Amino acid sequence: MSSCICIPHAILLPSKTNWNSSKSNNGRRQGHCTDVPRNVNMENLQSGYLFPEIFRRESEHIVKYPDASLIRLGIGDTTEPIPDIITSAMAEHAFALSTVKGYKGYGEEQGNMALRKAITENFYKDVGLKSNEIFISDGAQCEISRLQMLLGSNMTVAVQDPSFPAYIDSSVIVGQAGKFQPETDKYKNIVYMNCTPENGFFPDLSTTSRTNIIFFCSPNNPTGHAASWQQLKQLVEFAKANGSIIIYDSAYAAYISDASPRSIYEIPGAREVAIEISSFSKFAGFTGVRLGWTVVPEELVYSNGYPVIKDFDRIVCTCFNGASNIAQAGGLACLSPDGYQALNSVVGYYKENAKIIVDTFESLGLKVYGGKNAPYAWVHFPGKISWNTFAEILEKTHIVTIPGSGFGPGGEEYIRVSAFGHRECILEASRRLKNFYT
Amino acid sequence: MYLSTYSTMSCKFTLQPQMVQASLIVQKEGVGYCTKVPRNVNMAKLRNGYLFPEISVREFQHLEKYPNAKLISLGIGDTTEPLPDNIALSMANYAHGLSTAEGYSGYGAEQGNKALRKAIAETLYKHVPVKDTEVFVSDGAQCDITRVMLLLGSNLTIAVQDPSFPAYIDSSVIIGQAGDFGDEVGKYYNIEYMKCGPENNFFPDLTSTSKTDIIFFCSPNNPTGHAATRNQLEHLVEFARDNGSIIIFDSAYAGYITDDSPRSIFEIPGAREVAIEISSFSKFSGFTGVRLGWTVVPEELLFSNGFPVINDFNRIMCTCFNGASNIAQVGGLASLSPEGFQAVRSLIDYYKENAKILINTFNSFGVKVYGGTNAPYVWAHFPGRKSWDVFAEILDKTHITTVPGSGFGPGGEEYLRISAFGHRESILEASKRLKNLFSKAE
Repeated sequence: MSSCICIPHAILLPSKTNWNSSKSNNGRRQGHCTDVPRNVNMENLQSGYLFPEIFRRESEHIVKYPDASLIRLGIGDTTEPIPDIITSAMAEHAFALSTVKGYKGYGEEQGNMALRKAITENFYKDVGLKSNEIFISDGAQCEISRLQMLLGSNMTVAVQDPSFPAYIDSSVIVGQAGKFQPETDKYKNIVYMNCTPENGFFPDLSTTSRTNIIFFCSPNNPTGHAASWQQLKQLVEFAKANGSIIIYDSAYAAYISDASPRSIYEIPGAREVAIEISSFSKFAGFTGVRLGWTVVPEELVYSNGYPVIKDFDRIVCTCFNGASNIAQAGGLACLSPDGYQALNSVVGYYKENAKIIVDTFESLGLKVYGGKNAPYAWVHFPGKISWNTFAEILEKTHIVTIPGSGFGPGGEEYIRVSAFGHRECILEASRRLKNFYT
Repeated sequence: MYLSTYSTMSCKFTLQPQMVQASLIVQKEGVGYCTKVPRNVNMAKLRNGYLFPEISVREFQHLEKYPNAKLISLGIGDTTEPLPDNIALSMANYAHGLSTAEGYSGYGAEQGNKALRKAIAETLYKHVPVKDTEVFVSDGAQCDITRVMLLLGSNLTIAVQDPSFPAYIDSSVIIGQAGDFGDEVGKYYNIEYMKCGPENNFFPDLTSTSKTDIIFFCSPNNPTGHAATRNQLEHLVEFARDNGSIIIFDSAYAGYITDDSPRSIFEIPGAREVAIEISSFSKFSGFTGVRLGWTVVPEELLFSNGFPVINDFNRIMCTCFNGASNIAQVGGLASLSPEGFQAVRSLIDYYKENAKILINTFNSFGVKVYGGTNAPYVWAHFPGRKSWDVFAEILDKTHITTVPGSGFGPGGEEYLRISAFGHRESILEASKRLKNLFSKAE
């Protein structure tokens, strides 16, 4: 099926040197060395970032099986075209840049005001956020690093286990994480909050150590679990009691089907304890266009009373220069009534994919989680090493997934299966999996 | 009689009043609940707001005071002329394509679109040894400066030109390299400031420059406009080599070079083992709002333990970034096509003509000016005067914004940076007003 053949945009594997290994002993070259010491934090990273590693495996697989029709259910990359009304707005804006009236140079570093207002009105209407508390970004991944720069190396961090790897990796890079401990597969200074079916994918906060920062993603990548109102209330109370700041990642909020909160600010008291990061990537198919936002409430203050929003504004002005104005024009169109409606259709399409995937694995007698409030299915393969399951599925069915241990030790025995893809690929994948496992 | 077209208000004026006020107040005590999270001590070391928003604040305040003034903005270096047709059209077409099955594109390579990387290497580094695999596409130089700092870490010493683009110092402070600020000297203790002035031909005396791990060097220079000569850059590369330092060379204004000054550090033999080069489409293609740039990290550049810097930079780009907007990248590609490149050059020439007018203006009333021939900035000297005072006087009396030199470091005191970006009629009107003010004063 040619539509399922993966032709990655970015087969950039350098021919000679293996860029993916960041272990300090590999890849040393001869020649003039500067006297500049390598950043010890970079040395502390255990391997390449997860998603390029998956990409590397895909590419190797294609080399091995050049005629295989690879189905990519690994990296969570959107596949369906962006609705016309949105791309037209971007095209118009781009075209207008060649006119005197329409040309725009630097925008506000915090983002276009109309877009900030639209985000406030569309997503935070009932929770009392103001548009000046919204900062437009070029995506959640970039913003996570900017937040780490804001907070500095002298912070302790808690993450869900499993979780999106950028929280841990950025923490290592800024120097918060302490040494990696191979015996536990964890960084010494990071608190890993285990989230499993046994605890309803919500950590036992009574046994969770206090940290300055708590990263919390809901709906969750990779487990797909959307935290309930009760769970988030506990989280906010926990943060308040400990004087911690929650960094709440709501990138998948659009996928929520039930009454689970779509924003941390639905919880009373959250304005004083939480920052929220979100993104147009999975909501609008903007994975390549690059647009997101971060909410920093005015009430959020450091221990000395200094408002976090002021320092964040300084970071945004100094370390960033605004998201592309064309992307922002697209974002505005996404939030128009017609745009929003069109996007909900696309989100609905991926959710239907997720249902097919969940049904497939369930029909094979496997326990599956997520897939209802998020575009990811989290499949349990008891007793099996997740990289082995990943390799077996890839080898035998030419389907790419992501091994759960890539998201932390709590992900071992699980596989994340992404629901992004053309319907025919999802159906074909379903057929192949049933074939292989039955 | 002022024409309405002179009002070159940038969209920064929609900056909400709260933010304007916030930047004027150093600290505001919280009156409610405080978290127990300590403020990053590095943030507390920053002296003021970042320079350019501060200029915006002053403009904003000025307009409140003189609501009918026709402000001419020669401060923040923001491009003003429309993009060439073929570039805008390529982006528009690409955007349209995203709503089709064949044209839709999701995540791109974090290092950037392959064709664009190739085009940068082949067009902009034609006679210079740079491979496309060494080019990393970014969303602009300011962002990459921070990513390079993240890469390098807090345990390094840096040298900057004095005066220089404030992002080098500010990002160094934020990451924790800079040490405390010394009020008496107006400098951060751990930063080496390399004075660049007319007296040393805008090139530091390297014999009296302390060794640092990193040397930031911008040429053509923002704010002085000086393009370093081949000879000067050879000295710099030699200095870096002898000291085992890494040069971070900012070539964002290379497109403005008129003479045969080097356009890239990699024109200098040996630079591949000691330098990273950051550049941008902002001032080259007018992409200040579109957001696109690139950084070159040569394969031969190694840390002291032999580990290639490019490996770590790649890791940073994959983890802390997710690629420049695909639409912007298409625009970049179009800028480097023969048609696009020619059109972009015309735009640059337009701004350079503006610079010429400004130079002549200042010369006409006896103010010594530098730069303006290889860069879109004119660096004007007002001996014995505080630069913020000159800035304020010009703003108050002629409704023209500039940037006070001390905003770029203590070495900028007594100087003013005037940007050559603007519609021709604004530049001509500015010239008239300045002549009016300064000729009267004589």
